[in-house]
Amino acid sequence: MTPRITLATAGRVLRQIRRDRRTLALILVVPPVLLTLFKYVFYGQEVTFNRVGPPMVGLFPFISMFLVTSIAMLRERTTGTLERLMSLPLAKLDLLLGYGIAFAGLAVVQATLTALVAFGLLGLETDGPVWLILALAVGNALLGMALGLFLSAFAQTEFQAVQFMPAFVLPQILLCGLIVARDQMARALELVSSVLPLTYAYDALARATADDLGARLAVDVAVLGGAVVLALVLGATTLRRRTA
Amino acid sequence: MTPDVSITIRDLCVRRGGKLVLPGVSLDVRPGVVTGLLGPSGSGKTTLMRAIVGVQVVESGEVDVLGEPAGSLRNRKRVGYVTQAPSVYGDLTVRENLRYFARIVAASDQRVEESIATVDLGDQADQVVRTLSGGERSRVSLASALVGNPGVLVLDEPTVGLDPVLRRDLWRAFHTLAGGGTTLLASSHVMDEAERCDDLILMREGRIVATGSPDELRGRTGQDDLEQAFLTLAEAA
Repeated sequence: MTPRITLATAGRVLRQIRRDRRTLALILVVPPVLLTLFKYVFYGQEVTFNRVGPPMVGLFPFISMFLVTSIAMLRERTTGTLERLMSLPLAKLDLLLGYGIAFAGLAVVQATLTALVAFGLLGLETDGPVWLILALAVGNALLGMALGLFLSAFAQTEFQAVQFMPAFVLPQILLCGLIVARDQMARALELVSSVLPLTYAYDALARATADDLGARLAVDVAVLGGAVVLALVLGATTLRRRTA
Repeated sequence: MTPDVSITIRDLCVRRGGKLVLPGVSLDVRPGVVTGLLGPSGSGKTTLMRAIVGVQVVESGEVDVLGEPAGSLRNRKRVGYVTQAPSVYGDLTVRENLRYFARIVAASDQRVEESIATVDLGDQADQVVRTLSGGERSRVSLASALVGNPGVLVLDEPTVGLDPVLRRDLWRAFHTLAGGGTTLLASSHVMDEAERCDDLILMREGRIVATGSPDELRGRTGQDDLEQAFLTLAEAA
């Protein structure tokens, strides 16, 4: 890989998103709006809002970047730009890291904005450090990006790619412990949830929120990092220089 | 001294969807001239070009470009490929597209401007590609391949849908590039473009029917019209 090409790719991806003002606005505005909605859905239940709010700040980037990456990558495949890139001296890692840098950067902005609204305007409180929640948000963005990149190889149309969101993202959110604690689920679901990456992402966020900065948090972060690398490796296998 | 062959293909077999679309093609392409790859739609032109660029899965055979296997890292730096459908980013401007592809091949910003000028898109340089006409988009795609000063330029139907004046200008640009030693291989399914080529390769159903200059092919068949010459050669094959 070549840093010049990696950075050019990151810049190109960001420029594309910047051109699409509406998508950019949705990425940046929807999470704070949804959190505001959340606050008033749990009206007067400060404890619940303070338990669920901070992890949500960290989970939004996962969903956003999953969607944006899967569509962006699908477009690269269908418009022939991926084939052009594969015919050029660009390493697959340049493309993967370029996307990673771009979406990690976007996630920083998204999570910071959401955190400013949540902690500043909505009165959300956390025992743990806010910077850690932001850092985990970036990790989740990378996980979403890597999964989106991998799964986009199995979509032929944008309709299909969008449907991967309820198929692969929603179950992870249901099972990760955000809605119901995992030990209160049916045993089978608890077992399933233990192999889903978002479970560890949520657990890390919940521990960061509760200021429980021990070994379990380190394990969560390690699993999250491993899942990102694994998804990127799987994604790389779907990028072929030669196609039939 | 330039070598007299820049693309060498030996016994190339390509299978697509179970069907042998290239059943053992052998071919040499000279540098410094424009070679036209002529044949009806579905005759295997695109597959052959993709093999030369190194993006086609091949079953067997050899494809050497500038003395190295097709698709090698060095060749990815010096082989430019323009697909039939424009492969550029619709949500970026002309200049942004070219700058990105220039970074990948380590070309200068000056090369970006030169390439924009070659395809006559100076006035549209800051326009988002999606808003351009089909012909303009294919010129952006062409400029994206020119930006790296490739030693070999593979063009799949480069002038389809362009107005006659521009078509003439682009063919002039191709000959200028060839004059500088570049190998140009351009496909077309219309015979009037054959006249503009120095060398011709006639393809039909995955096989090479004939090769030679337009005059040679006319002489060999006794036909004045290249379309007629092609028919004569295809029927004899």
